Amino acid sequence: MNHWLPLFIAVPLAGAILSLPLSRINRKLPPWLALGVSFYLLLTSLLLYFIKSPEAISVYRIGGWAAPLGINLVLDGLSQLLLLVVSLIACLVTIYSMVYMERYTGKEKYFSLCQLMLVGMNGVVLTGDLFNLFVFLEIAALSTYSLVAFGTEAEELEAAFRYLIIGSVASLFILFGIGLVFSVTGTLNLAEIASAFPKGLGNLRTLITVLFLVGFGMKAALVPFHAWLPDAHTAAPAPVSATLSGVLIKILGIYCLIRIFYNVLGVNPQLLYVFSLLGLISILVGGGLALFQWDFKRLLAYSSISQVGYILLGIGLGTPLGIGGGIFHLLNHALFKPLMFLNAGAIETSTGTRELKAMGGLAKKMPVTFITSLFGSLSISGLPPFNGFWSKLFIIVACVQAGRFWAALIAVLGSVLTLAYFLKFLRYAFFEKLPPALEKVQEAPGIMLGVTVTLAMLCLLVGVFFPYVAAGILNPAVLVVLEGVKP
Amino acid sequence: MIIYLTCLLLFLIGIYCVAVKKNLIKMIVGIVIMEYAVNLFLVSIGYRWGGVDPILEPNIYNLTYVSPLPQALVVCTIIIGLATTILAVAMAMRIYEKYGTFDITKIRKLKG
Repeated sequence: MNHWLPLFIAVPLAGAILSLPLSRINRKLPPWLALGVSFYLLLTSLLLYFIKSPEAISVYRIGGWAAPLGINLVLDGLSQLLLLVVSLIACLVTIYSMVYMERYTGKEKYFSLCQLMLVGMNGVVLTGDLFNLFVFLEIAALSTYSLVAFGTEAEELEAAFRYLIIGSVASLFILFGIGLVFSVTGTLNLAEIASAFPKGLGNLRTLITVLFLVGFGMKAALVPFHAWLPDAHTAAPAPVSATLSGVLIKILGIYCLIRIFYNVLGVNPQLLYVFSLLGLISILVGGGLALFQWDFKRLLAYSSISQVGYILLGIGLGTPLGIGGGIFHLLNHALFKPLMFLNAGAIETSTGTRELKAMGGLAKKMPVTFITSLFGSLSISGLPPFNGFWSKLFIIVACVQAGRFWAALIAVLGSVLTLAYFLKFLRYAFFEKLPPALEKVQEAPGIMLGVTVTLAMLCLLVGVFFPYVAAGILNPAVLVVLEGVKP
Repeated sequence: MIIYLTCLLLFLIGIYCVAVKKNLIKMIVGIVIMEYAVNLFLVSIGYRWGGVDPILEPNIYNLTYVSPLPQALVVCTIIIGLATTILAVAMAMRIYEKYGTFDITKIRKLKG
């Protein structure tokens, strides 16, 4: 079973490389290859839950070399949850792209880059080596820079260039931090660093913490470092925005923060306080700015900043309930934000515009998209019985339990803000009067609707059956994070 | 010690360059300077005074070897840096085709 782990990286890598020559034989092959690869990943990551207890840790030694010499791939509860989320979103997004990307040329390059992004994300999640983590992080980041610029119009190029500059600076901060960690401990293996990293270290420890916090904070688009995210998410094709917002910022940002600080370097109360403070600022600023947006993809992008703030707030509380809420919100956000971005793509395909002011009355013309948007909006705003309700409830209750009433108040306020901007989105897009230019609007193609309906159903099912989800896949992940806050 | 301070200085020059310069190409140069600073840092933490290259030979013992691991890492980061630079320059060229300028203050369709 351990031998499955490298396949999570090798199979999409092979797919990415094979896509280009295969397109010479038949232009229709690369999309089907990408679909096959992502379906295989989904199947194996689901199977892992049945053949192995999620609490157990399995290790694969690359090339048979033991830990300090070779690189390990490590699968624990947290990585298993994230593998499942990445594969699920990748599979749905690939199906959606097969229709959506019809308008672009060079589709084989798109599918190749998408699979390269999967290589990076799966690698980051699985690797047990600090430098290897950096390499996979760069693979994922480089492929997303090109995916954001995929339209090669002026706006896309500008957004991608800004993303590239900020992303590269972030990567170099991380690399500098890795160099410092190596100079202190003399090893790059995560488990060995965890035991070798000295407790007191004074200023050097602070420097390492700040470098990692700023680097991964830029990747996760926490508020002082969020400048790239609205542009990149708006400019990218809808399926790419869905992957970026749904999984990429969480894997490259939040997961790496959790892994490095909770499981490797160790956290202290001050650092946890900084985490929850960054989360609170992100909730307020992201939510507040989303309220004033008229381009609906930009609205969704700012909403992502705000929701990532919730995840960080929950994790920063350091209590079991807070961490549980944070990880659950991570899972939920990976379901409803891709749903909203894919709905946005469907509306854009049908109406040809992203401006909320230029649309209206679409509820009659696009009933299925309306229902799925309603599901997504309700669940992201935290209304029962959808999944977002439970995770936000957990986070708010955990804030109160930890005695942070201000944090709880801001979290509630952020939730109200979320409801406000999604009601704005629903009102201007689906109610009001239908403008004459949109009289002939058709519902989006069936395959795209199938994907959004699946995601909407998942939002509802995870909300209704959340005790089973919590027991089955959430608890093992939370236990891994809780290891880090044990006194 | 002086070499570490040089790395830090180079890193700060790179950040300054990225943050302040208005020209796309100069921003890319800033990224490259930062990259070299980090590479220099990685190589220098593996260096030992009077060290030789870490190749074991028969009958020769008690030598100080430089650490080979950072050198391997630097080769890797140079390749990654090359990929980043190529992508950045390619994008800058396409932006120049669209706008006819490298000045970032004149390239502002997005609100920020």
